[in-house]
Amino acid sequence: MSNSVLSKKIKFSRTGDRIRHPFRVIVEKEMADHIRSWRFIILIAIIALTSLGSLYTALTNFSQAVKPNDPEGTFFFLKLFTITDGTMPSFTVFISFLGPLLGIALGFDAINSEHNRGTMGRMLSQPIHRDYIINAKFTAALAVISVMLIALGLLVMGAGLIFIGIPPTAGEFMRMVFFILLSILYVAFWLNLSILFSVVFRQPATAALSAIAVWLFFSVFYPLIVNLITKSLAPSEMAAPQTIIAFEQFRLALLRVMPNQLFSEATTTLLMPSVRSLGPLTMEQMIGALPGPLPLGQSLLMVWPQVTGLAAGTIISFVISYVLFMRREIRSR
Amino acid sequence: MVSVPEIWEEVAVTENIIELKGLTRRYGSFTAVDSLDLAIEKGEIFGLLGPNGAGKSTTILMMLGLTEPDGGTVRVCGFDPVSDPVEVKRRVGYLPEEVGFYDDLTGMENLTYTARLNGFSANDARAKAEELIQRVGLTGEAGKKTGKYSRGMRQRLGLADVLIKDPEVIILDEPTLGIDPAGVREFLELIVGLSREQKITVLFSSHHLHQVQQVCDRVGIFVKGKLLAVGDVQSLAAQLFSGEGRPAGSERKDYSLDDIYFRYFEGGVDHE
Repeated sequence: MSNSVLSKKIKFSRTGDRIRHPFRVIVEKEMADHIRSWRFIILIAIIALTSLGSLYTALTNFSQAVKPNDPEGTFFFLKLFTITDGTMPSFTVFISFLGPLLGIALGFDAINSEHNRGTMGRMLSQPIHRDYIINAKFTAALAVISVMLIALGLLVMGAGLIFIGIPPTAGEFMRMVFFILLSILYVAFWLNLSILFSVVFRQPATAALSAIAVWLFFSVFYPLIVNLITKSLAPSEMAAPQTIIAFEQFRLALLRVMPNQLFSEATTTLLMPSVRSLGPLTMEQMIGALPGPLPLGQSLLMVWPQVTGLAAGTIISFVISYVLFMRREIRSR
Repeated sequence: MVSVPEIWEEVAVTENIIELKGLTRRYGSFTAVDSLDLAIEKGEIFGLLGPNGAGKSTTILMMLGLTEPDGGTVRVCGFDPVSDPVEVKRRVGYLPEEVGFYDDLTGMENLTYTARLNGFSANDARAKAEELIQRVGLTGEAGKKTGKYSRGMRQRLGLADVLIKDPEVIILDEPTLGIDPAGVREFLELIVGLSREQKITVLFSSHHLHQVQQVCDRVGIFVKGKLLAVGDVQSLAAQLFSGEGRPAGSERKDYSLDDIYFRYFEGGVDHE
C-alpha cells in the first residue's frame, strides 16, 4: 500500500538511481552555487564574528544583567540574545543590521546574471516551466539562509548553555525558535526585494546598489524624516491625553513602515516576556498591573501584526518580481 | 485500396513537424514578423536565410513559446508552444546565437545539469554527457571550466547540450557566428551527419548564404518579417526571377544564392 503511494512519487531510472524533479535539480544547483561562492563565505565569516562578539559581551555582562527582583528573572537564558554593555550591540541588533545585507547579497543577481551570461535562454529552452527558475532561486536562497540562521541560533544557545550551565526552559526554547523563524522571515523580505531589483535592473551592480539604497534609507534616513515630521507636529505636554496618544500612535504608524522597526518590535516582545505593549499606555491601564512575564501565546499574539506586515512585504515583492519575470521576453542575450 | 494503417503511415511520413500559419509579432508599431506561413517536414534541414533584423530570431522564439505571437498559430511536433511550451521544449533543442554556460562549472557539469533538467537521473546524465562530449569532439576538455572555453568549443558544447534531450527538432540560430572557417565547416558537417543519421529535423537560421547553401535541403528567404520564397536553391531562383524578365543571358539556369541575396537583401526591390 505505502509502496504503491511512494512509487507514484519517486521515479527511478533504468540503472536504478533516483530521477529528481527538475525543480529540485535547479534548487540543488542554486544552493551549491551559493555555498561555493566567495560572497557567501565572506558573509558567513562576518556574521560568525559578530555573533561571537555579541555572545562574548553578553556572557561577560551576564552577572550584572540578572537582578534579583527582575520580572524576567526566570527568563535569563533569553538575555543571551539581548544584553549588552554598550560597547557591542546585542545579537538581535546584529541580526537586524546584517540580515538585510545577507538577503540582498543572495538575491541581487538572481535573474539578471542569468540574462547576462546567456544562460537564461538555454535554461528556458529546457522542458521546465518558466516560474521554476524564479521560484527555485527564491527557495534555494531561503533554504541557505534558514540553515545558516538556525545553525547560528542553536550555536549561540549551545555556547550559552556551556557557559551558564543552566538549560533553557521549554518556554524559553520556544521563544528562541520563534525568534529564529522571525529572523528568517525578515531576511526573506530583503531577499525578495533584491530579487525584485534583479528582475527590474539588467546590471547586477545597479540591482545591488538599489537594494542597499533602500536598506540605508530605512535604517538611517527614514527615522530622521519621521523625527522631523513628528517634532513639528508634537502636541504640548499640557495637551489632552487623547491628543498625546493619537500623536504617539501616528508616530508609531510612521515608524512601522520600516521593516527593521517591525523586526525589532517583534524580537523585543518575543525575547523580553515582560513587554506587554508596543504602543503608548495610559496610567489607567498601568494601575494594578503586576509586572510579570507574558505567556508565550500572548507574546505571539502581540507581535502578530508585525509578523503579518513583514510577510505581506515579502509576498508583495515576490509577486511583483514574479509577474515582471513571467511577462518578460527572453532574448538570447 | 489502401488500408487504414497505411494511410496513417503516409500521413506520418509527410507530416509537417513545424507549421506556422499567419504568424505575426509586433513591437509597438514595428512588425517584426508579418503573417508568416511556413511548413517544415520531418527530417529535412531547412535554412532560414535573411539579413540581420529580419525577424528570424523572433520567429524562433515564438516556436519555442518564449515569446507570444500577436496573431496566427504555431504547431511544433503537434503541440502549440503557447499553451504547451513544456511539451514542445521536451522535443526541440535550441542553440541560440551566443550560447551561455555557467562559467564556474566544467563542460561536463553544465551538460549533466541540462540532462537532469530533462529528466535524466544523475548516473544516466553523466553517461549521456560523456557520450555527447565525445561525439562533438571535446573529450579532453570536459573537465575544464567553460569560462576557459574558446568560442568554437562553446558552440560545440552548445550542440552537445541541445542533443542531450534526444530532440526531434534542432533549432540553430546563427550558430556559426564568430567561429573560424575551419571550425564552421566541421560544425556544419557535424550537424548534417547528425540529421541524416538520427533523422533529426534541423532549422538553421543564418545570414551566411554559403553556409546555408552548403547544408540545407530547402531554404526560405526571410526579409522584413516576410517569407519571400521557399524551395531548394534552383526553384528559389525560378520563383524570384520569374515574371520580370530574366537577367541578361536569359537562358541562364544556374542561379546561385548570391544572385538572390544581392537582389533582395542589398538591392532596391522592396518586395511589397
